[in-house]
Amino acid sequence: MNQIPARALAGVAGGYVLAQWLPLALMEALPLDRVDTVALALLMSFAVYVAAILWCFAARSAWRACAGLALVGLPCGALLLALGRWP
Amino acid sequence: MTGGFRQSTSWVHTWVGLLLGSLLYFIFLTGTAGYFDSEIDRWMRPELPPPPATVDSARAADAALRYLNAHEAGAERWTIQLPGHRDTPHLVASWPHDGHMEEQALDADSGEPLATPRETGGGQLLYRMHWRLHYLPAGAALWLVGAATVFLLVSLVSGVVAHKRFFSDFFTFRAGKGQRSWLDAHNVLGVMTLPFQFMITYSGLIFFAVTLMPWVVSAHYGAGPAGQGQFLAEFSAWQAPAAPSGTPAPLAPVAPMLAQAEQRWGRGSVQVVEVLNPGDASARVQIAPVLTGPLRNVEVMVFDGASGALLETRAPSRRGTLTVAEGMLGLHEGLFAGPVLRWLYALSGLLGTAMVATGLVLWTVKRRQKLERDQGRPHRGLRLVERLNVATVFGLPVAIGAYFWANRLLPIDLADRAGWEAHALFIAWGATLLHACLRPPPRAWVEQGALAAGALGLLPVLNALTDGQHLGASWAGGDWAMAGFDLTALALGSAFAWIAWRLHRRARRTEAGA
Repeated sequence: MNQIPARALAGVAGGYVLAQWLPLALMEALPLDRVDTVALALLMSFAVYVAAILWCFAARSAWRACAGLALVGLPCGALLLALGRWP
Repeated sequence: MTGGFRQSTSWVHTWVGLLLGSLLYFIFLTGTAGYFDSEIDRWMRPELPPPPATVDSARAADAALRYLNAHEAGAERWTIQLPGHRDTPHLVASWPHDGHMEEQALDADSGEPLATPRETGGGQLLYRMHWRLHYLPAGAALWLVGAATVFLLVSLVSGVVAHKRFFSDFFTFRAGKGQRSWLDAHNVLGVMTLPFQFMITYSGLIFFAVTLMPWVVSAHYGAGPAGQGQFLAEFSAWQAPAAPSGTPAPLAPVAPMLAQAEQRWGRGSVQVVEVLNPGDASARVQIAPVLTGPLRNVEVMVFDGASGALLETRAPSRRGTLTVAEGMLGLHEGLFAGPVLRWLYALSGLLGTAMVATGLVLWTVKRRQKLERDQGRPHRGLRLVERLNVATVFGLPVAIGAYFWANRLLPIDLADRAGWEAHALFIAWGATLLHACLRPPPRAWVEQGALAAGALGLLPVLNALTDGQHLGASWAGGDWAMAGFDLTALALGSAFAWIAWRLHRRARRTEAGA
């Protein structure tokens, strides 16, 4: 039961960002029109959110939880920024 | 890692569950009532006659058109709901007026308006509470319900992942063992309803995905409601109706159009007839069938209003993502469900409600038993939660009962009558909280259980006394929605009476033993 508040914060806030960035970034690899892109990303986003929250409680420490989120999320954010898809 | 994972997820489950449990209980219970929204509507509008037993679609549509032509000739759109279906038992004509839809129930033969029913929120308001939370601003309610739903989803997944003995728990129920029994009950209910709960939580989130995950939309459509509206219009392939030509032209007879539609979809399968630009040379008549599956976007037949010619049979968009989304939303709403599936929906909802309730009770029983072992004194938090639980688990059914009592007992001409029905619900709920705070919890459980038994079980009596529609009359008249409501209320009241009686005996034993 260590670092619960830090894990919860990382999961709820960091996970929320990841839930939108990761599906958006993944969609860039698929040849879809913008309707399907947004719809599929929306359908996926809650699954990513739940997975991210669970990851934050499964990681060995709160630091590792944050590092994991950053490792996946920051490249996604950078890609979206570079493509001009900045929300 | 797994040990730590199990420990920390169970910590989150315990405390967030406590925080959001009452809200989830409210969402589950009012949402479950929503599976019978039309039947509740029927009970709360006793002035309406029983729905017609047999329906001639063409005759009913003509009757509605006569009414609309005489009263709403200038409207930009007429919508006619044909009678004989569960969610449209009566013929209803509606038209847009000042940004909302006005409607009038009509006699399916004569087209004369049916008796104006009392002003009531009906089953629709009760069902809407499960995501709208009634008093809260729309935005706040949406985010709160969204947060509770995400928490429930996290609980379900963590329960499956972290649970040591997931499937064996399905068969494990140890009765009469205090805390252990509550835990078993919580697990059995959770496992049993797991597929339903996954479906209902994930699809529930999809309803509000555009608002809850705004960056996904704004990245491609621009920020704010404009971008969201643009996305939703493109996604649903919505077509703006053509502007009126300005040349008046009478509407061609609809009976031949309905005959073509019934030939295509089957007799009695037409639910909605919509006339765009009525009275204009550019008028269109769109005919849609009743839903037979979870996909809510269905084929529509479009006729030229002036000539009566079939213009197109418009296939619904079968875009893959739209089909998935529509399938999820359709499964959530269950509008297509027949009687058996509808009861399964309701049963799943009730079991889910019971899962939340057992979780809430488990929280207090666990701490109470530990205190008794350690001979400690209950702290303020435990005493507070014990009282909140009574007012949640038994208080809410009492409050929903009060909603129905208010429907029959408030003066007919009371201003904002529908609003006061809802106030009655929340005033009664507040009263049960006050009662729970004043009485020792074991007695409060018994008394509120008995109150719920009366509030629900006596509804058939109230029905008989206040509008003359007693159960025998509903039964004999084939008014199944009305009879079904009364019988369900009676069954729920009996269940609460049985529970209250059991709790009463146990409380007496405990008092005698102490």
